[in-house]
Amino acid sequence: MQHGKYRFIVGFLIAPLALYAIFVIWPFIQSIYYSFTDWTGLSSDFKMVGFDNYKKMFEDDIFWKSLQHSVLFVLLLPLVTLALALFLAFMINVGGRQRKGATIAGVRGSGFYKIAYFFPQVLSIAIVALLFQFAYNPESGAINAALSAVGLDNVQPLWLGDPDLALWCVMAVLIWSTVGFFVVLFSAGMASIPKDYYEAALLDGADRFTTFFRITLPLLWDTVQAGWIYMGILALGAEAFAVVQIMTVGPGGGGPDYSTTVLPLYVYQTAFRDAQAGYATTIGVALLVVTLSFAAVVTKLGRRERLEF
Amino acid sequence: MKTTDTPPATTAEEPRDRPPVTKVNAPLEKESPGGGVLNVFSHGVLVIWALLVVLPLLWAVMSSFKDDNSIFSSPWSLPDKLHFENWSRAWTQAHMSDYFLNTILVVGGSLIGTLVLGSMAAYVLARFDFPGNRFIYFLFVGGMSFPIILALVPLFFVMNNMGLLNTTHGLILVYIAYSLPFTVFFLSSFFRTLPTSVAEAAIIDGASHTRTFFQIMLPMAKPGLISVGIFNFLGQWNQYMLPTVLNTDPEKKVLSQGLVQLAVSQGYKGDYSGLFAGLVMAMLPVLAAYIIFQRQVVAGLTAGALK
Repeated sequence: MQHGKYRFIVGFLIAPLALYAIFVIWPFIQSIYYSFTDWTGLSSDFKMVGFDNYKKMFEDDIFWKSLQHSVLFVLLLPLVTLALALFLAFMINVGGRQRKGATIAGVRGSGFYKIAYFFPQVLSIAIVALLFQFAYNPESGAINAALSAVGLDNVQPLWLGDPDLALWCVMAVLIWSTVGFFVVLFSAGMASIPKDYYEAALLDGADRFTTFFRITLPLLWDTVQAGWIYMGILALGAEAFAVVQIMTVGPGGGGPDYSTTVLPLYVYQTAFRDAQAGYATTIGVALLVVTLSFAAVVTKLGRRERLEF
Repeated sequence: MKTTDTPPATTAEEPRDRPPVTKVNAPLEKESPGGGVLNVFSHGVLVIWALLVVLPLLWAVMSSFKDDNSIFSSPWSLPDKLHFENWSRAWTQAHMSDYFLNTILVVGGSLIGTLVLGSMAAYVLARFDFPGNRFIYFLFVGGMSFPIILALVPLFFVMNNMGLLNTTHGLILVYIAYSLPFTVFFLSSFFRTLPTSVAEAAIIDGASHTRTFFQIMLPMAKPGLISVGIFNFLGQWNQYMLPTVLNTDPEKKVLSQGLVQLAVSQGYKGDYSGLFAGLVMAMLPVLAAYIIFQRQVVAGLTAGALK
């Protein structure tokens, strides 16, 4: 049976592991290596250039802009999204009026809110980005039309065309599309907190805001921390790439005047538009460093004693 | 890991919704002051966010039935009549039908592959002791937190050399590979929760490990497979970055890419109504499926984070 066991293990692992190694692990290792070469991607000859790409990167203004925007994304997006989601989830689950027999109650129609808020989560980020690209259109978009409808005719921003606003417009779309997921996630967590805790706190004279910070948040902490990391990776990864690439102006996105470019987009453009594959992987390594330090910091800061309930 | 059968919130809600409707408009003085004010406030905030979510989607649906003129001149007006020709134009001339077909092929293949290979790896890693087990597990799980774009640069050229670039089967293999980290993570913790006694009994009765897996363990893991299947289905159906880099042949484009392509080409033609029809066409099946399988979808997407 021992013999059969190892044959079975190898037989079951070989296909998934081979696929994973060829398409995921190996490219990652290669990309670290390529970051020290002058590889263009167009031809197969290249040579080692030591730290030249890294020196070039530190003098590259567009890299610094992309890094700055990506860092802003990773600091701000999880904070705003999770705070908004916690607030909405708390309102859904605890904000209801008191009825007989229940001190703490969800609002009426809480099921409807949870269904509707979740809509953006099931849509492709590409669809969401396209939708908002039109909504932001200064002449015929839904947002400016809504502004004039309520009498704000003279407030008609250019949105994505305004270098000072464009980045915030992009971030708003990422928040719009992710809040609902966290509302539902936190709602499920809140529903599993025993009602007696709230009742005891309210009997002792605590108001709802105290109960949120003293009961809900501590008991939900593990979920919040997991969500924080998830949202940070999203803000540095494929979602940020898609929204910026699809929504913003300029050749291949990132404009106007590089005001919205982010690291994943700059990696893509350097490799596939500018044919500097080696340099692109160098920028990718910088993105890897940002991602891993973010995850490490959140894990370290977020460590608390686990509360059992 | 109670994913599909016990959504905690809804059971508690039903009795609350029963009191007669007249109570909704009951004077606030009867409530304790804090509860009443908070209730009005929370309803206000919740309604505002609901509108923010739903109105852009409704606007898109409305625009898809309008002609180009009224899309530009009055974005919020109702369509004068239902211009279904926008939809047929998008479906045939704008290649939406091809994009749908490509997406179904790619997602169908990769979803099956992900579930089969993912559950095989997860099962072995969860239930068998062997040297290197932990290492392989963390190799898989570590893939969840790495920036994919970094690997895509060399991967593009690897695929090119292997003749897999711009092919359906190449894209399927890549989708499977990049879905494995979460699938293995999720399913191996699921397999760990299943009782060992059933599998042991099967082995004693002379079933091989392979047969035990396919006939005993996989059926027992069905709830987990459904959750992770829904998660992967949505992720792969909505995938944008992988095909953008690895699948640039216009003939082979999948839905999300096709729409972006459409936005560029119809933008030049000024055919915005056709474009909105395309967008809504891509949006509705997923939204409809979500509303029907709401409970399973929510459980599937949130299960990973709740562990």
